[in-house]
Amino acid sequence: MSGAKKTDQRLWWLLAAAAVASVAWLLATVGLVGSTLEAREREAVWSLLGGRMVLLSLTWGAGMAAIAWALKRWFDHWVTPSVQLAEEAQVLLRTDVVRELKPKGNVETRVLAQLFNQLVEQREDLRRQMDERVREAAQGIEQERSRLAALMSELTQSVVVCNLDGRIILYNNRARMQFRALSQAPGVAGGAELIGLGRSIYGVFDRKLVAHALENIQQRMMRGAAQPSAQFVTTTGAGQLLRVQMAPVRSPQAQAAEAAADRIELTGFVLMLDNITRDFEAESAKDQVLHTLTEGSRAALANMQAAIDMLDYPDLDAAMRERFMGVVREETRSLSQRIGALAAGSSDSKTRWPLEDMLGADLINAAVRRIETVTGRPASPVDVDASVWLKVESFSMLQALVYLTGRLADEFDVRFVQLRLAPATGSAGKAQLDLIWSGQAMSTETVMSWEMDPMKVGNEAQRLTVRDVVERHGGAFWFERERARHQAFFRFLLPVADPREQVDAAAFVRNESRPEYYDFDLFKTTELTRSLDDRRLSDLVYTVFDTETTGLNPSQGDEIIQIGAARIVNNKLLRQECFEQLVDPRRPIPAASIPIHGIQPEMVVGQPTIEQVLPSFHAFAQDTVLVAHNAAFDMRFLQLKEQQTGVSFDHPVLDTLLLSALVHPNQDSHRLEAIAERFNVTVIGRHTAMGDAMVTAEVFLKLIPLLAEKGIHTLGQAREAAQKTYYARLKY
Amino acid sequence: MSQKILIADDEPNILISLEFLMKREGYEVVVARNGQEAIDAILRERPALVLLDVMMPVKTGFDVCHEVRAHEAVRDTLIVMLTAKGRDTDVAKGLALGANAYMTKPFSTRELVQKVRDLLVASA
Repeated sequence: MSGAKKTDQRLWWLLAAAAVASVAWLLATVGLVGSTLEAREREAVWSLLGGRMVLLSLTWGAGMAAIAWALKRWFDHWVTPSVQLAEEAQVLLRTDVVRELKPKGNVETRVLAQLFNQLVEQREDLRRQMDERVREAAQGIEQERSRLAALMSELTQSVVVCNLDGRIILYNNRARMQFRALSQAPGVAGGAELIGLGRSIYGVFDRKLVAHALENIQQRMMRGAAQPSAQFVTTTGAGQLLRVQMAPVRSPQAQAAEAAADRIELTGFVLMLDNITRDFEAESAKDQVLHTLTEGSRAALANMQAAIDMLDYPDLDAAMRERFMGVVREETRSLSQRIGALAAGSSDSKTRWPLEDMLGADLINAAVRRIETVTGRPASPVDVDASVWLKVESFSMLQALVYLTGRLADEFDVRFVQLRLAPATGSAGKAQLDLIWSGQAMSTETVMSWEMDPMKVGNEAQRLTVRDVVERHGGAFWFERERARHQAFFRFLLPVADPREQVDAAAFVRNESRPEYYDFDLFKTTELTRSLDDRRLSDLVYTVFDTETTGLNPSQGDEIIQIGAARIVNNKLLRQECFEQLVDPRRPIPAASIPIHGIQPEMVVGQPTIEQVLPSFHAFAQDTVLVAHNAAFDMRFLQLKEQQTGVSFDHPVLDTLLLSALVHPNQDSHRLEAIAERFNVTVIGRHTAMGDAMVTAEVFLKLIPLLAEKGIHTLGQAREAAQKTYYARLKY
Repeated sequence: MSQKILIADDEPNILISLEFLMKREGYEVVVARNGQEAIDAILRERPALVLLDVMMPVKTGFDVCHEVRAHEAVRDTLIVMLTAKGRDTDVAKGLALGANAYMTKPFSTRELVQKVRDLLVASA
């Protein structure tokens, strides 16, 4: 900023003011002098001066020049340096530029400049310290993260952490492998359609089941249990039997809270999964073995003993004696056969179907609520012994009660039911839970069929029967009438929990030492109830995909031969959660297309067909926004298969080609390579579906902030703007 | 007049001994080989006492017991359950459904005879 370049406006104003003032002063002087003179004298003065006006104005001009020069000097020394200093200080303030200000001008300004320099230095110092702190903290977090990762990967149990909406926040490799086994199409998506960051756990488990377990945990926490956890056993779509243990994750504030009611606020839950299908099968086989051993042997022994007792009678005739001897011989033989078979088939599994301790009154209350919700019939507790603790698998028990009430309502028009709980009168260590109603009697055949039919709750058919549930508890089930009160009831005998265990569990222990790897801020994301269109682009979960095809015309028989897809969650590309699958097109692959996609005909031999792959891909892309480059092309291939495969791709779709045209309207090319080059995205494995999907994903991530600069923040805005771009009007 | 006893069991090897035993004790004996036969026999023969096995085809001993107790005409028939099911929950169920006695296999025939005799004397 040199002085020659521009002169301060105020200088000119001052100069003009000086000129005006001097002229005014001159006129005033002349006027004043003139008023004291006679007319003749004035004439003389005028005649004297008149001819020398030029000289007069010259001296005035010289005077003005002197003033101008002095003003300029004064400005340069006193004003301009502070103005410049102010501008330079503005730059320092507004930006991150670090430089030393050159002191110039008068002494005061020089001092100010030095002060500014010191302040800037101080600021930089603070900033450096802050950066150092942040770096240290980040390192700490990184360490915790890797410690947690190491711990999780070492665990032989599957662990999945979810937030309250059931979105998966964390999972370990073991869980991943387990979910692969659960996948309906293990060969295709490899379980990636079930487990993944941000995916819903309700894709695997019934939402009601999880809600029920959470409710149990909350009740336990209300009572101040030290380790509130819940268990359930569930069957998955692929027919596997999973035992799930659930533990709550509480927010730090909730843990510090004094009132028990505040402490139960959860931010999420941890699920530990065991696949007990094999254990359970072994267990069932073992139960079967035990059954034949005990009941079968008892009967055989009874037969023998009775026969031997008869043989003691002295008055037995020979024929009768021979018959009793025959009985003994036969039973001995069958017993030894049975024991031989047992020894051959014995197994040593120890797993039991898990039963958990539950306050009986809690179970009754849960049952009342569930019955009223599902069947719409009023239910009420009556004579519930509040001291009874049960050992139950509560979810299946509730299902049994709801199912029985449902049949009572449907088939016998029962208007309401009551639930009663008391210690069992006839057998120690058991409690009796009665489902009571008033009305007509039913036949034993009816009871038997209700007991043996697979349970149907609401519209959902279960694999289990009431008898399964009862046997799982080692209990009993029957129907009784109370004639005097015109009532009837189903009675369940259920095992009671050891009261001593309960005292321990109920004594509340504040657990101060939380493991360090819990220090993650993992629970921030919560489900927004607004529609996807209102969601911010940076908050959404995306499936970025690409297809390779035999040609360009799906309507003329061209087929998909490869699908590749990656996921974007929380603005991050998840490279490990991807979907890559070759597809048998059941038609020849044109030789001309092979250089483009690099897929030789023999590569697709034995690969799944599109009918198998698309449902898997659909599951993989569930609840996400689809992103593709030139999406219209890929979507047409997907949509033409809708009828054939039975899955419909009605996801919201974003096209990186249109979005690129939106942010860079003056560029010639919006081909993927060109955009990738513009954004400096390294292109690897181009023209494989997976490679292109990855490039598209990275390009898309770069587009999001550029869209934000154009005021496009939400999905709805992006879709609307993309439609308006020039390319959108073209038909593909 | 000798009292009539029904023995309901699907295993011939126990039937033969029980039949012999009860006849020797001087009772008139009827046998049934499954639950439905047992109910029919009870309604037809009106026995004073039934020795009832639990694990039978067609209808279990529990079902038979329940139906007998629900039937006006034969409600007071004495029932002794004989079963290989030894769990206490089964015993509780049998007694809850109205059995007069419950004997777990294997049992001593002397005890069985004594129990039958006691029940019949008590009801007379």
